[in-house]
Amino acid sequence: MSDIYSVEGVTAYIRSLFETDPPLQDIWVQGEVSNMKAAASGHWYFTIKDSKASLKCVMFRSSAERQIIEPRDGEEIRVHGRVSVYEQRGEYQLYADEVQPAGGIGDLYQRFEQLKAQLQEEGLFDQSRKQPLPPFPLRIGVVTSPDAATFRDVQNVLARRFPLAEVILSPTLVQGLEAPPLIVRAINLLNQHDAADVILLVRGGGSIEDLWAFNDETVARTVADSRIPIVSGVGHETDFTIADFVSDFRAPTPSAAAEIATPNRDDMRLEIDRKVETMLRLIGDNIAERQSDLNLMERNLSSVSPLRYIQDMRQRVDDMSERMGSQTRRNLALLRERLETRQKALDNASPDNLLKRGYAIVTRSDDGKTITSTNDAPVGSGITIRLQDGEVAARIEDKESHGNYKRTLF
Amino acid sequence: METINELSFEAAFDQLEDVLAQLESGELSLEEQVTMSEKGKLLASRCQNLLDNAELRIKKLESDGTLSG
Repeated sequence: MSDIYSVEGVTAYIRSLFETDPPLQDIWVQGEVSNMKAAASGHWYFTIKDSKASLKCVMFRSSAERQIIEPRDGEEIRVHGRVSVYEQRGEYQLYADEVQPAGGIGDLYQRFEQLKAQLQEEGLFDQSRKQPLPPFPLRIGVVTSPDAATFRDVQNVLARRFPLAEVILSPTLVQGLEAPPLIVRAINLLNQHDAADVILLVRGGGSIEDLWAFNDETVARTVADSRIPIVSGVGHETDFTIADFVSDFRAPTPSAAAEIATPNRDDMRLEIDRKVETMLRLIGDNIAERQSDLNLMERNLSSVSPLRYIQDMRQRVDDMSERMGSQTRRNLALLRERLETRQKALDNASPDNLLKRGYAIVTRSDDGKTITSTNDAPVGSGITIRLQDGEVAARIEDKESHGNYKRTLF
Repeated sequence: METINELSFEAAFDQLEDVLAQLESGELSLEEQVTMSEKGKLLASRCQNLLDNAELRIKKLESDGTLSG
């Protein structure tokens, strides 16, 4: 009789057979979903089958929450995982870690392209829809998972660049099927309570499936409709999600999103210094301008100043006295000339000259008074006759008026 | 003037820009310009102060719209 094995022992042996067979430990299986059940624990239980066979599948929560599609009864899907044994029940099953639509990842890209084309046609990517980012976002909404290193990275960038800001975390899941409605809710919450000046929608790098929540149509429409400007930074530089296309600004990474959304403290210091410089230069210019205005005014003023007038007047007075002096000299000369003429005339009229020309001056002998009329000397009175060379005494003998002659004899 | 040291960064920065705009307008008297530039210097140092001493604050937005530390 051969050896007797325990159930446990044989089951463990069978399990070891599965687990040491490489193809079974890394396998893709395609089939139609049935009996899909999402347990409260977060695990998924379902069966995939075709017309000939069926295969039990389990996906634990850690994997389930990262999936971008959920198995639905009746749908054809691809499941990846390893086949092993659930010992308590003695059942082999597929321990799944990834599910894809039947067309594989290509189907995902197709959906992605379809949604992208549709939203683009609706104008959701138009530049005209993009909102400008505020220059000083003092309240920075961050929509991300609070547990991820990404949030820490973003905080570090913000603390370095713009520590004046207040970070308003609006927490969400950032991957898996539950993520899209939570992202939508987190964005809406910030908008409803007007709790931020700008929103950073960020998630660290991962596989295309990890980032899939950001290709969700509802997420895309919520980002597009957000009244608060949104900077998206999802995955790495090469990853483009629909959220990136509809956001107001697409940053290549979460850290870059934090940088793009904020001014740099050092730049701001410089800018403020420059403003002060500009201010002082303006005032310096104004003062210089006024100085030159003042100089001009001084010149203008001096041309109308009383001093100038006085100087002018003094000059005119000098002129006038100069002119007056020469005039006076001329006048004096003239006067002198006229004086000489008169002197000459006077000289001609002098008694001596008259006497020389034969005239005589007759005076009364008793009082020396000059006789100019026949009445001045009675008959018989003595007279003196002054001639050119001396006087002779005479006596009036008779009186004879002109026109009525009476000859008088001596 | 003394209230400048109570201004938020944004308010101080806005006022600084306003001071510059007024100076650039060339419509101020020299005395007003000097007063303005004094104000501008105070505003600038308020901004620098806030920048130097700021520490990033982190709040969490709750579903009822309140913020928690």
